[in-house]
Amino acid sequence: MDSLINPNDTKFFLEHVLINDPLGYPKDVENKLDFFRRNRISKPVIFLGITSSSVCAGVFEVKSAIESYISEKSLDIDLVVVGSIGLCSDEPLVDVQLPGKNRIIFRKITSSDIPTILDGVLNKFVPSELALGQYRHKLYEPWQGVPFIEDLEYFKGQNRIVLANCGKINPNSIIDYMAYGGYRALSKALRNHTYEEICSMIEQSGLRGRGGGGYPTGTKWRKALQVSTDQRYMICNADESDPGAFVYRLLMESDPHKIIEGLIISAYAVGASKAIIYTRNSNSLTVERLELAIKQAYEVGLLGYNILDSGFNIDMSVRKGPGAYVCGEETALIKSIEGKRGMPTVKPPYPTEQGLFGRPTIVNNVETIANISSIILNGVDWYTSIGTEKSKGTKLFAISGKVANTCFVEVSMGTSLAKVIDITGGTLNSKKLKAIHIGGPSGFSVLPEELNIQIDFDKMKEAGIAMGTGGIQVFDDSVCMIDLIKYYMYFIQKESCGKCIPCREGSRRMLEILQNITKRPVNENGQNTLERFKGVIHLESLAEVMRDTSLCGLGQTAPNPVLRSLKLFRDEYEEHIFDRKCKAGVCRDLRTFYIDIEKCTGCTACAKKCPTNAIIGTPRSPYFVVEDKCIGCGVCEDVCKFSAVYFK
Amino acid sequence: MDGTINLLLEKYSHSRRDSLIPILQEIQEEVGYLSEEAIVKVGNHLNIPTSKIYGLATFYNQFRFEPKGKYHIQVCHGTACHLFGAIRIIDIIERKLKVKAGQTTRNGKFSLEIVPCIGACAQAPVISVNGEYHSNLTEDHLGQVLIDLNGE
Amino acid sequence: MQFNIEVNNRVIEARKGETILSTLYRNGIKVPTLCNMKDLSPTGACRICVVEVEGKENLITSCSYPVEESMRIKTHSPRVVKARKTLVELLLSNHPDDCLYCERNGCCELQDLAIDLNIRERRISGKKSRHKLDLSSPSIIRDPAKCILCGRCVRVCDEIQSVSTLDFLNRGSKTLIGTAMARDLNFSSCINCGRCVMVCPTGALHEHGYMDEVLDSLNNSSLNVIVQYGPAVTVSLAEEFGIKPGKDINGLINAALRKIGFKYIFDTAFAADVVVMETVETLMQKLESNDGFPVISSCCPAWIKYAEQFYPDALPLISTCKSPQQVLGSIIKSYFASEQGINPNSIYSVSIMPCLAKKFEAQREEMTHKTISDVDVVLTTREFSRLIQLYGIDMHNIEPQTPDSPFGVRSSASKLFGASGGTTEAILRTLHFKMTGKEMSSMKYQELRMVNGVKEVAVKIGGKEINIVIANGLTGIRNLMEGILNKTINAHFIEIMACPGGCVNGGGQPFKSDDKDVKARMRTLYDIDDIDSLKVSHKNPLVIDLYEKYLDKEGSDKAKRQLHTCYSKRDVLL
Repeated sequence: MDSLINPNDTKFFLEHVLINDPLGYPKDVENKLDFFRRNRISKPVIFLGITSSSVCAGVFEVKSAIESYISEKSLDIDLVVVGSIGLCSDEPLVDVQLPGKNRIIFRKITSSDIPTILDGVLNKFVPSELALGQYRHKLYEPWQGVPFIEDLEYFKGQNRIVLANCGKINPNSIIDYMAYGGYRALSKALRNHTYEEICSMIEQSGLRGRGGGGYPTGTKWRKALQVSTDQRYMICNADESDPGAFVYRLLMESDPHKIIEGLIISAYAVGASKAIIYTRNSNSLTVERLELAIKQAYEVGLLGYNILDSGFNIDMSVRKGPGAYVCGEETALIKSIEGKRGMPTVKPPYPTEQGLFGRPTIVNNVETIANISSIILNGVDWYTSIGTEKSKGTKLFAISGKVANTCFVEVSMGTSLAKVIDITGGTLNSKKLKAIHIGGPSGFSVLPEELNIQIDFDKMKEAGIAMGTGGIQVFDDSVCMIDLIKYYMYFIQKESCGKCIPCREGSRRMLEILQNITKRPVNENGQNTLERFKGVIHLESLAEVMRDTSLCGLGQTAPNPVLRSLKLFRDEYEEHIFDRKCKAGVCRDLRTFYIDIEKCTGCTACAKKCPTNAIIGTPRSPYFVVEDKCIGCGVCEDVCKFSAVYFK
Repeated sequence: MDGTINLLLEKYSHSRRDSLIPILQEIQEEVGYLSEEAIVKVGNHLNIPTSKIYGLATFYNQFRFEPKGKYHIQVCHGTACHLFGAIRIIDIIERKLKVKAGQTTRNGKFSLEIVPCIGACAQAPVISVNGEYHSNLTEDHLGQVLIDLNGE
Repeated sequence: MQFNIEVNNRVIEARKGETILSTLYRNGIKVPTLCNMKDLSPTGACRICVVEVEGKENLITSCSYPVEESMRIKTHSPRVVKARKTLVELLLSNHPDDCLYCERNGCCELQDLAIDLNIRERRISGKKSRHKLDLSSPSIIRDPAKCILCGRCVRVCDEIQSVSTLDFLNRGSKTLIGTAMARDLNFSSCINCGRCVMVCPTGALHEHGYMDEVLDSLNNSSLNVIVQYGPAVTVSLAEEFGIKPGKDINGLINAALRKIGFKYIFDTAFAADVVVMETVETLMQKLESNDGFPVISSCCPAWIKYAEQFYPDALPLISTCKSPQQVLGSIIKSYFASEQGINPNSIYSVSIMPCLAKKFEAQREEMTHKTISDVDVVLTTREFSRLIQLYGIDMHNIEPQTPDSPFGVRSSASKLFGASGGTTEAILRTLHFKMTGKEMSSMKYQELRMVNGVKEVAVKIGGKEINIVIANGLTGIRNLMEGILNKTINAHFIEIMACPGGCVNGGGQPFKSDDKDVKARMRTLYDIDDIDSLKVSHKNPLVIDLYEKYLDKEGSDKAKRQLHTCYSKRDVLL
């Protein structure tokens, strides 16, 4: 993809914006910036949020509908690609801005909505049932009957620092990023501070690693800085691979330059001349946008040799991880970059001493990196004013599952989990909340009555849970906890690198125990129940050994969901073991099927297929299921053409 | 195929082991899978034992050792998709298309891959057929998709 | 720097930079491990060596963690023991329960560990991984079901032997150890050296045994079963019978073999004398034309396969003379057979070697004459000891005997073949005589002994400098071969042995022997050389006899036909 940066624009930013204080911009610079920010427009602009999430929701169909609308009517309208504001379940989102009017957002747009919206808006009429909200701008005329976005429940509770640009700017344009203040932090760092000072600033800011452990970022940097070497490496861990976490991916797709700027500053602070972003190969759009952004940064002179005349040289590249959950662990990630199997290695030596190619290496999570530029730009005092005593700043979360709005949010540290759930609009169809799960396959479930826990590394630890990397799943009564824990354990045993015994063999045995609980034995007797019950006791002790002895974080934290669920959902375990019931109806083997006599035509299809001959009857009159014989396989349901089979 | 790989390796002259994964990724993108031939070639080029390349390639999800089917179906099995019935979807596809996860049917028509979270949790459950997404999938919808595929 | 640490409430002295495990070992505290290997960096894979360290949240692996000042360690606290026990139980839950039928029954590290940890109940059970038994290699059998994935074989194949046949495949609970493209071993780059077998803690890798074939032929009265044994075997077998490691029991071996029922018993060392004669002849010819150097030794079949795969360009440099085993095999079925009036087809030639690659060598096509193999079957030292036990022979209560004629005499030089550098020493003694017409005053070449890795040595013979390279273990082999091929290393003779230390440390030697035992074996070989009066091959009367009666002279056409061969490039997945 060509970057198409106008050299004059580059010159303008390098000479007038980056090296000057925003308070001292002359009027003409301000005016020009307004032009780049599309605050002054002469023709209508349509903004279309294209990210991997909206692509799945069909944004490309919407795009072609807009394009044909424009060409059919020969209109002079700009179509600008933007990222995601975070409301994934409202995607595709289409924003329209007319000269003199506020930018307005429409939600859940299909290609057939396009004529309605554009016919309406271009004639100053809003199809309000499709409108989500409007941006506030002091100069422009607001739309009547459309809420301002900051008044929406979704935006009200958030503190968007990292996400500030998401969904607003064009991720494919470095000019857009710079127009909204981008790369000023880098310029400030290089011009006004030594690398030592940057390192100290990050230490003082109290920024802690967002990868889950909450290790102080500045301390980590300092460690690498203290090792004398010919080469240091700065790696951004963007291998977001918790199932159900997507916030980093969408952040990188919506504002890739934020990561690049943060990474350059970080590399400067630790004296690394090589920086690598390690992301997932399967996220092709993320890779594409990052690579384009890097290319643009090189073109503008923000990467490469002697950037901004500072004497600092920096190379940056994207590495496409070929897909392994364990590569989120820093030593495994380093192995993967070196071209080896991503198996974690023993620590010590820590990567800060001997990392990539044996050189001191810093691996920081992408969210950590995304925080750097605002800390440098706004200062340590500003940053330490956000959050709690020991957890500063904000935290990103992706919320999915049985939730009203699947979305990602950024909240200040200290916000309660309940508040986060409120922001998302609560459970799907306002059903009763059963629990939430935070931190994916190595995370913890939280009961509704515990949701007052604050988002804070230490307070969460005190409460027996952990922050994780930012995935939250919401469960209502339709979710079976045993099934969910089984799913996580299945994931772990598949994704374990296989190196150490506790993780490789332990996860497999734990999965088997869980599978046994949810399986229907052919001949049920007391002995079997006892065996299953014994399994659960082993589950606990296995989990403890696994946590105690595993080589890396994956194995050490993998038992978390099990141990936690044994504590919170003991009754559900017992119900599965003793009563052979799954209240949620999720565990297939524990179901018993019934035939609706109203619907059954007696076609015999199900009786023929039933593996245990549990279905009896006379042809052409309704059939019956013999409960004792039914093993819950569901074949009858599959073959029934009249939807007469159901289960309880 | 030979030519493609040679051409590609030329690009990576004077490369070291850390180029191994990018090279394999490019080969798979061009050829669709990693053949024995390709692995041997890469081994010779980078001076890495084939056992190490094979060991590496079997470690990661991305690499496959047989060609994709004419229709490559990816089913997301992230947490959200799991909650919305991904298992059932996998089950149905496996049964209706007679294909197992990670394999290609003998006639080369279908291949099925289970992927961990494609990041479209709002649209769960999601599958993609040759890169085209089908989201918020219901059993009826899936049935129609499969009938369309089978019919062709 | 030294400091104190506290272990199990006792103060012990630690050295900065060493691991907790080595500190513990030095102080006589035993902590079990499954993956740890001497001289190789720790991987921390098995977690069996975990200990409890005050202030650390989780247990830590003592094999990898460096000692720190005033550390307080518990090596056998209830928490640690429970963890170790659970780990072993987990391994056992995925392990075939066929210990009684296992090759390693009685000398298995996993079995020992289960005993030590007092595992007497099957607490954890589950589905076991199913694997295919790989019987394809004539030397090594791979049984992945018994593999505990400690990775020792992978590391030894990579780091010590630089062959890299093996690697971990797949991930998670599907992990296994396999070859490129998950092929069988005989299609792989495996050189059959058996280092992997020597480090495998369980029966996942073991030799391809041929005991049954030997027993069948012993019971077949129409066969003349003839046996030979390698020079290193006589100094290694003692350990298997509780005799002092390194003791030479050559005479007892002859007696035992005779009791078992072998019709003729020969010492391979005799053939080593012949190999010396042939090799010296080659060297003399080349010295005359001063061309065609270096000559590379061909005694080690693992090295030969290595060269065929990795350095086919160097094959013309390798001595065409067969190894002593094959030389003797060939003479037995030709000269000896006709002397005794036996049909070569009725001879069953057994060889007892300290080596696994010899099994492969014996069935090579190059090692046949008119479809008759020189050697029919090869047993390892370990299999030999089992054969003795099977026949109920009490090694402590038999009288030594001598091998049979006409190959009943050997020089002590030939005995040196069992240790790295020994082949060269034997050759130099005869070369000295051939070049100068005189015997050496002192027979010893101390600088060729106890070489570790690769060593270049220059010796003076009659005013001429002869350059030698000794290599054992294949760690430095790549540099050496590159040096030879691009002529930066100029040597006359190069001796390469695939096993570190040579045949005394071969892949067919007793398990459970350590470095000390191997050194003892080596020392015995040198002691034999010190005591013996016949120290050079060219004075062996029976060798002279053989040439007079049959081979004519060194390098004759007949010798070429019977004792020499050539090798060609081998196409395997490298």
